[in-house]
Amino acid sequence: MPLPPQHYLNNGYGVKSWLLTRDHKRIALLYLAAVTFFFFIGGAFAVVIRLELATPAGDLVSDETYNKLFTMHGVMMVFFFLIPVIPAVLGNFLVPLMIGAKDLAFPKLNLASWYIYMLGGLFTLYALVTGGVDTGWTFYTPFSTVSSTTKVIPTALGIFITGFSSILTGLNFIVTIHRMRAPGMRWFRMPLFLWSMYATSLIFVLGTPVIAITVLLIAAERVFQFGFFDPARGGDPVLFQHLFWFYSHPAVYIMVLPSMGIVSEIVAAFCRKQVFGYEFVAFSSLAIAVLGFLVWGHHMFIAGESVYAALIFSILSFLVAIPSAVKVFNWTATMYKGSISWDTPMLYAIGFIGLFTVGGLTGLFLAAVGLDVHVTDTYFIIAHFHYIMVGGTIMGYLGGLHYWWPKISGRQYNEALAKLSAGIIFVGFNLTFFPQFVLGYLGMPRRYHAYPPEFQVLNVLSSAGASILGVGYLIPMVYLMWSLRYGKVAGSNPWGATGLEWTTTSPPPTDNFTQTPIVTQEPYVYPRVEGRVA
Amino acid sequence: MPELAHHHPALAHQFENLAQQKEASTLGMWVFLVTEILFFGGLFATYCVYRHWYADAFTAASRELIVWAGTTNTAVLITSSLTMALAVRAAQTGERRLLMTLLAATMALGCVFLGIKAFEYYSEYIVHHVPGPGFQFEAEHYRHAQLFFSLYFMMTGLHAIHMIIGLAVMAVMWWLSYRGIITAEYYNPVEVSGLYWHFVDIVWIFLFPLLYLIGRHAH
Repeated sequence: MPLPPQHYLNNGYGVKSWLLTRDHKRIALLYLAAVTFFFFIGGAFAVVIRLELATPAGDLVSDETYNKLFTMHGVMMVFFFLIPVIPAVLGNFLVPLMIGAKDLAFPKLNLASWYIYMLGGLFTLYALVTGGVDTGWTFYTPFSTVSSTTKVIPTALGIFITGFSSILTGLNFIVTIHRMRAPGMRWFRMPLFLWSMYATSLIFVLGTPVIAITVLLIAAERVFQFGFFDPARGGDPVLFQHLFWFYSHPAVYIMVLPSMGIVSEIVAAFCRKQVFGYEFVAFSSLAIAVLGFLVWGHHMFIAGESVYAALIFSILSFLVAIPSAVKVFNWTATMYKGSISWDTPMLYAIGFIGLFTVGGLTGLFLAAVGLDVHVTDTYFIIAHFHYIMVGGTIMGYLGGLHYWWPKISGRQYNEALAKLSAGIIFVGFNLTFFPQFVLGYLGMPRRYHAYPPEFQVLNVLSSAGASILGVGYLIPMVYLMWSLRYGKVAGSNPWGATGLEWTTTSPPPTDNFTQTPIVTQEPYVYPRVEGRVA
Repeated sequence: MPELAHHHPALAHQFENLAQQKEASTLGMWVFLVTEILFFGGLFATYCVYRHWYADAFTAASRELIVWAGTTNTAVLITSSLTMALAVRAAQTGERRLLMTLLAATMALGCVFLGIKAFEYYSEYIVHHVPGPGFQFEAEHYRHAQLFFSLYFMMTGLHAIHMIIGLAVMAVMWWLSYRGIITAEYYNPVEVSGLYWHFVDIVWIFLFPLLYLIGRHAH
C-alpha cells in the first residue's frame, strides 16, 4: 500500500515552504520540533539536579548554580514545553481535521504565534547562556525585583512574549470551534478532544494576559524602579503572588486538560465503545476550567493570607476533585465490558489514568489547610505536581502522539519498541517521583542542593528512576524518526477509529478533505461487539 | 449570492463565504478584547488594593496631576470614538471619500491625545514626579505617592502604547480605503478595528476618574 500521491508533506520541500507555511499541519510540526528542543534543554537541567541530589553533600554544583538549575528547569518545562505542547502540536494538527474544516480561522495568526513563541524562547535562551536566573520559575518578589542579580529581565520578557503565542493559539481555537464546524457537526457531536481544547483555550485567553501584566510589572520594577511589589517602597510582595497564581494555577489545567481530551479519544478507540457519559465528560472540562480560576489562593496558605480566605480557597480547591473524578470514573466505565486492545496509545492512556489519580488525590492533601502547612515547600509538593504535569501531561501527550502519528506521518512506528518504552517511562516515572512523596512528608525541603544523610536512600532511588525515565524519553525519538522513512504505510484509519480525521488520507492533503464532510451522528459510534449486552 | 461571494477576492481560502469570514474576524476581535480586559485588569486590581490602603497619599498625589489636560484628553478621545463610529457607518454605505476623511479625523484626534499626554509627562518630569531616586514629594506621603506615580505611568503608558498601535491600525485602514479594497460588501476590517479603538477609549474612561479625580471632592 503506497502513501497517497498528494499530501501536505510533499506539497513543497524548500525551507520557505515550511517557514512561511500557513498550513496548520505544518505549523504543528514546526511546534513539534521546537517544543521537543525545549523539552530536552529542560530535561538536561533535571539530569544535573538529580545527579547533584544523589549525594547528601552539595558537591557537584555550587548552591548558586543549583538555584539557576532548578529555575531554568522550571521555566523551560512550564512555559516552553508543558503549556504549549499539546495545544500547539496536536491541537493545531487536529482541531481543523476533527471539525471538518480546511484550516484554522486565522492561519497567518497561527504562523505568527509560532514565531512569537520562538522569539520568547530565544530571549529565555539568551538569559540562559549569559548567566541564567536564580529566582525559581515563580519569580517571587521582592527577591526577583530587588535582590537577584541574575538575568531576570530577559527571562521575564521571554515569558511575556511567549504568552502572546498562547493567547493567539487560544483565540484561534475558540473562533475556529465556534465558526468553522462542518455541516452537522453540532456541539454535542464534537469529539471530546475538542471540548478539552475549547476549555484550554478559555484559560489561555483569560489567564495569560494576567501573567503578561505581572511579569511586565516585574520588569518595570527592575528597570524603572517602580515599587509595585517592594515593601520598602510601600508595595506588597503577596500581591505579586496573587497575580502570579491567578494565571499559574489555571496554567496547570492548561497542561492537563488537553491530556484528558486525548485520553477520552484513546479510551473510546481502543475499547471500541461510546465514551460513558459523554456530556458529563465534556462539561467536566469546562467545569475544571472555571473552577481552576477560583483556587489560586491555595498557593498562599502560609503567605499571610487571612484564615477566611484560606478556608474558602480550600473548599474551592476540593471542588476541583469532582469534575476530575467524573472523568476518571467515566473512562473506567467506558472500559467496562469494552473490547480492549493494548496498543501503545492505550498503554499511555492507562498510565495517565493511574498517575493522574495519584496526583489528584495528593492534591486533596494540599487543599487541606492544616496538612498543606506541614508539606508546603517540601518534596511532597514537587512529587504532587510532577504526577500531574509529567505523569498527566506527558503521558497523555505521548499517548496522543502515538495515536495520531500514523495520521501525521502516514506511517506506523515499531509497536514492540513503543510498548517497551511506554513501560520504561511508567516504571521510571514512579521510581523518580514516588520516593519524593515520602521525602517531602519526612520534611525534606525543595530547592536545596544539600540534605541530611538519612534522606540519601530515597534520593538515590529517585535519581535512579530519573535515569530510567530519561532513557524512556529517548527511545520514542529514535523509532519515531526511523518510522518517517522506514515505517509501514499506515493507511487512512489504522486503528479503525471514528472521527473525521480518520476519514481523510494519511497524511492528509493540504486542504484536509477533498470535499467538506457532512456529519450525521454522534462521535464514537462503534459497531456492537459480539456477545456484549449493550 | 453565495456563488458571487465565493469569488470575492477578499475571501480567504479556509472560509466558505464572506459571511463566515466576517463572523470569524468579529468574534476573534471580541475574544482579543477580553484578553485586553484581563491584561488591564491586573493593573486595575493592583491600583485598587493600594488606593484602598494608602487613600490619603493617593488623594494627595492625584491632586498633582494636571486635571484640565486629562479632561481635555477625555473629550478628545470621546470625539474620536464618534468619528470612528461614523467611519464604520461610511464603510458600510460604501462612501469612500467620507470614510477616508473620518479615519483621518480619528487619527488626528488620537495624535492630539498623545501630544497632550506627552506634555503632561514632560510637566511631571520637570517637577520630579517620575518615580526613582530623583522623585520628590512632601515627606508625609513620599513612599506611597511614589507608588501612585508608578501606577500612573504604568497605566497611562500602556494605554498610550495601545493608542499608538491603534493609530497604526487606522493608517492601514486608511490605506485599504484609499486602494479601494474596503467596499460596502467587504468593510469588516474597518468594523473590527473600530472595536479595538473603542476599547482603548473605554480604558481611558476608567483611567481618568481613577487617576485624576479621586482627590477632587476633598479640598
